[in-house]
Amino acid sequence: MTDPRHLARRYRRARLLRWCCLAAVVFALSCVMLLLFDITRKGIGGFSVQRLSLSVRFDPELLGLEGLEPRPEDLQFADFPALLSASLAALIPGAGGDGSQWTALLDDNADFLLYERLLADPRLLGTEVGFELPLSGWAERYLDEAGSKQYATLVEAELLSTLDWLVEQGLVHLRFNDTFFSAGDSRSPSSAGIHSALLGSLYTLLVCFLLSFPVGVATAIYFEEFAPSNRWITLLEININNLAAVPSIIFGLLGLAVVINFFGLPRSVPLVGGIVLALMTLPTIIIASRSAIRAVPPSVREAALALGASRMEVIGHHVVPLALPGMLTGAIIGMAQALGETAPLLLIGMVAFVVSPPTGLMDPAAVLPVQIFLWADSPERGFIELTSAAIMVLLAFLGVMNIGAVLLRRRFERRW
Amino acid sequence: MTTVERDNELSSTVGKPLLDGADDVKFSVRKLAVHYAELQAVHDVNLDIGQRQVTALIGPSGCGKSTFLRCLNRMNDIIASCVVQGEVHLDQKDIYAPQVDVVALRARVGMVFQKPNPFPKSIYDNIAYGPRLHGQADSPSALDELVETSLRRAGLWAEVKDLLHRPATSLSGGQQQRLCIARTIAIQPEVILMDEPCSALDPIATARIEALIGELKCDYTIVIVTHSMQQASRVSDRTAYFHLGRLLEVNATDKIFMAPEHPGTEDYITGRIG
Ligand SMILES: Nc1ncnc2c1ncn2[C@@H]1O[C@H](COP(=O)(O)OP(=O)(O)OP(=O)(O)O)[C@@H](O)[C@H]1O
Ligand SMILES: [Mg+2]
Repeated sequence: MTDPRHLARRYRRARLLRWCCLAAVVFALSCVMLLLFDITRKGIGGFSVQRLSLSVRFDPELLGLEGLEPRPEDLQFADFPALLSASLAALIPGAGGDGSQWTALLDDNADFLLYERLLADPRLLGTEVGFELPLSGWAERYLDEAGSKQYATLVEAELLSTLDWLVEQGLVHLRFNDTFFSAGDSRSPSSAGIHSALLGSLYTLLVCFLLSFPVGVATAIYFEEFAPSNRWITLLEININNLAAVPSIIFGLLGLAVVINFFGLPRSVPLVGGIVLALMTLPTIIIASRSAIRAVPPSVREAALALGASRMEVIGHHVVPLALPGMLTGAIIGMAQALGETAPLLLIGMVAFVVSPPTGLMDPAAVLPVQIFLWADSPERGFIELTSAAIMVLLAFLGVMNIGAVLLRRRFERRW
Repeated sequence: MTTVERDNELSSTVGKPLLDGADDVKFSVRKLAVHYAELQAVHDVNLDIGQRQVTALIGPSGCGKSTFLRCLNRMNDIIASCVVQGEVHLDQKDIYAPQVDVVALRARVGMVFQKPNPFPKSIYDNIAYGPRLHGQADSPSALDELVETSLRRAGLWAEVKDLLHRPATSLSGGQQQRLCIARTIAIQPEVILMDEPCSALDPIATARIEALIGELKCDYTIVIVTHSMQQASRVSDRTAYFHLGRLLEVNATDKIFMAPEHPGTEDYITGRIG
């Protein structure tokens, strides 16, 4: 006989517990959503850029290249700022002077874009070319914030009214910020991009995976299948488990001391970064792989052994295939940690200011989190936007990695 | 040591543990003792197992039947704490001699387990695994044929011939157990060890497997552990009764069930212990 009042109390307690769990989930989710919302709000601007359509005639006279068949060295000394000013003066009516006052509308390195274009194709000298040049930081914010007059005190009224006029004329366009994905780091926010960092992360993770996954899986197989049970092996096991809890910066110190100073590999390269991160990831992979191997039913092992399979064949044909999904899960958790890791990479010099994208494992590179760290530290306003945009890219990278892992796992699990 | 001397030593076992004609002896086990660390699970067992016969091992739970059975194909090797002493001869050759290849031994002495344990692969791959491993089929068509004959012999072909590429785990328990038997005979062993093969099955599936054992004994030596007296009496030629790690009585099956010599055996088969 159950007392109904007692039963009611039990139900009430169960309900309370359920509400607590639900509240915890809601709290955790709202924190994540808030974070994502904030980053998106700040970073979304980083993916677009306001550009001014401007037609430029590469006038040899203005550039100081008269009568020359221009060589690359000559172009370096050509007067592109003057060319830019003149082109702006031609566009904007009623301007006095040489038009140099209007260059404040455009990004600092707008004249550099003209130089690059002519350098790429010297035959353009004397011809007219259409450009879409990025607006300066203040102009972009002025437009973003829907014409708020907040900048009126800082910027001359004449410039603001000119900007309004340009927008009215339909000469200013919102464009996708391809520089962000195609350029390396830069001192100027408008020409800074994450291309080098993205490639650097990719190379580093590749090295990390190729080193840590086979080594981790092999170690796990040794411990589970071959290791004798004695004091040394137990000591080793405890140490590996503890290794998972070692602060990551220690691994950076190790990399610096061993890989760079002892083996003499260069600093700042993805190879060294990958090695250091592999050391960091190894314990995670070993622990996950061991529990995956242990979860393989002993009946399968016995069946194979009784059919005359050797020890290695049992492992190769049955244990590893069945444990692979679990091993991959461990690897993905480890790789996700490695992707977000900054501290050990700072120590091995992957904080370099890297402009050109790395072309291989031995080229200096930055990685995404370090790039975010560097930008977050920069005083220019434009970098705030880029920081959040880079965080979004990092999260997307992580998302793609996880989806890939899930698909891979499905593929292996489908073998029942 | 002469046979007479040996026989005198077998004081602890009554009945007829040893066979006369050496020709039809498949396994001869002498002074077998098995320890799991401190615990001794099998004490001083002397037993001959006849060729192309079904030998049933019976006895209460925990008396060491499985342990003894696993000594015959050295499955105890994989248990770290397990120590086997004594001699086990298969066709007059010691299987615990240092030069013996365990892998080759297990290809000659197959095993069917208490719980059906198909590989998590297709039905076809389950059967084909052993022959592939030992290189027993040189062409895909030969392999197909081998799979078919094995399944036919195990009485499973009619049920699965259209589902060969379905997962083996989707079969029923009884079908899975017959699949495991088919898998074992696919590598053409000489001996099949069965550890309570029907304990997880319903009476109909059990009857099918018993019929199968009756057919298989023409070609194979079979050693079967069972908890069912009826089963032992139906399928076996000789029966061995284990108690607390000792082999108490061995005799022809009819003899043991009609007129057991050892009082312990009688108690067990009449249901007074175990
Ligand atoms: N892997 C093992 N490690 C340690 N002890 C074991 C192991 N396997 C069996 N034993 C012990 O050995 C003794 C005999 O076990 P065994 O499995 O051979 O009995 P059994 O006759 O097959 O029993 P059942 O009829 O219940 O299957 C038991 O006391 C058991 O506790
Ligand atoms: Mg048993």
